[in-house]
Amino acid sequence: MSEEIIKDVIVRENEDYIINMGPQHPSTHGVLRFEVCLKGETVKYLIPHIGYIHRGIEKMCEADTYQQIIHLTDRMDYLSAHINNEAVCMVVEEAMQVEVPERVKYIRTILDELNRLASHQLWWCAFGMDLGALTAFFYGLRDREHILDIFEESFGSRLLHSFNTPGGLMHDVHPNFQKRTKEFITYFRKKLPEYDQLLTGNIIFQERVKGVGYMSREKAIAYGVTGPSARGSNLACDIRKIAPYGAYDKVQFNEILMTEGDTFARYQVRMGEMWESMKIIEQLIDNIPEGDFTAKMKPIIKLPAGEYFKRVETARGELAVYVVSDGNKTPYRMKFRSPNFSNLFVMNELAAGGKIADLVAISGSLDLVIPDIDR
Amino acid sequence: MGIGIKSMEYEDFGDNESLELLKKTGGNVFLSSIDSLLNWGRSNSIWPLTFATSCCGIEMMAAGASRHDFARFGIEVYRASPRQADVIVVAGTIVHKMVPVLKRLYDQMPDPKYVIAMGACAVSGGPFFYNSYSVVRGVDHVIPVDVYIPGCPPRPEALLYGVMQLQRKIKGESISSPVETDTDKLL
Repeated sequence: MSEEIIKDVIVRENEDYIINMGPQHPSTHGVLRFEVCLKGETVKYLIPHIGYIHRGIEKMCEADTYQQIIHLTDRMDYLSAHINNEAVCMVVEEAMQVEVPERVKYIRTILDELNRLASHQLWWCAFGMDLGALTAFFYGLRDREHILDIFEESFGSRLLHSFNTPGGLMHDVHPNFQKRTKEFITYFRKKLPEYDQLLTGNIIFQERVKGVGYMSREKAIAYGVTGPSARGSNLACDIRKIAPYGAYDKVQFNEILMTEGDTFARYQVRMGEMWESMKIIEQLIDNIPEGDFTAKMKPIIKLPAGEYFKRVETARGELAVYVVSDGNKTPYRMKFRSPNFSNLFVMNELAAGGKIADLVAISGSLDLVIPDIDR
Repeated sequence: MGIGIKSMEYEDFGDNESLELLKKTGGNVFLSSIDSLLNWGRSNSIWPLTFATSCCGIEMMAAGASRHDFARFGIEVYRASPRQADVIVVAGTIVHKMVPVLKRLYDQMPDPKYVIAMGACAVSGGPFFYNSYSVVRGVDHVIPVDVYIPGCPPRPEALLYGVMQLQRKIKGESISSPVETDTDKLL
């Protein structure tokens, strides 16, 4: 079945008119190059070229201890840094057969969702800016700063916090954490409808996103698309539901699914996920159990020889971590299955046959983070 | 009184006090008044190029947004084209594949042009200094850097401070005897 869905290898012809979008382009959100073949204004095909920010993180992991690897995973998908850290920590904890305290699970889950909120806010403002709505940029980042304040108070850093360590957390959260998070949720519940008033209902915006970049459910499966991008095509793929980790099995939330599969559907999924994230935080924030912030771990972590695999739901989709250990303090091989890599290569299917002006809307709706693609 | 360009050691150009002193010293009355006008204009309307490769770009966006408000310092309009930009803020890691692109972007910018290396990766390779086979250890291997901002990623306030340092540096320039910058050393 997949052979019919995935197109054959693209054949370049001599008379093709090719333009490059990127690597330095404000709408690719980083250094990504699209080789776009045009016929008039219509996109004939599109080839993504990657590697402009390939830093060799997987190879670097082979020389680092597990505590050091945490810091590298921050820099892959920097907008869901906390969730990336958690994936590595969970692999180590599973291999060492360490049971983390309940308190850690709760705090990790709350921080995951705060991180997802911050990421979706940034996506929203960048998506608006790509489509020419500059006000969205200021609204989104205004509210994002409130989350960053909470992060800063507890971890001392705004963006890349490396707060998770194998076995638990680096230190306990700040005493103000609960109070400030609750304040933020009350604040953001009032502010989120503003986003809808500003952008969602805007007729110019809707004209640009409705019916653009259609992705069928089959295509999403064939290309391995995950996260909100796939859920816009009615593909239930939320790891938080399929294989709950942390405290996700203790909370009630809906997996937002849309059937349209176009850019607007992917937009609506993310907007819905912000409401769901707030719901999850509200259920957990008052019930954080007392206890240790970390389980007892040896200072030098040596994973028993074998293969370990864990996956989490980042703000962009499924991040899977696969570790092969030969019993040393560094992994023999570390493989990250990053969500953006799979999400990127469906671009050709979405853009081919459309207009070049829609390219920005489509790539924006996939919410790509380029260092996560290249690693 | 004061110091002249020729009596100034190369190292002193990295020192803010020397630069400010340089600005205060005499010179041709006509030229120095043109200088002060030019430098006032240049230093207060630095237009950056939208160039972000990784995490630091997010902090650069945050610096431009509501709370930190870059625009107070005149470093306001992010240009997508290097032809319209005055300063390139290298925000993020530069890998070997990106080097020719970065060099071309720098060459396409019109003079006078400035470079801010933002974040540990652009300063020295940062967390990718050891064991990485593809990362350039510092953007100053490729293009001359005026201001270095350490941090991983630097806070928006650090970027604002870096921009203010660049403004001070610009204010020490003169059309009659331009301040010798790293650019000239490389060329």
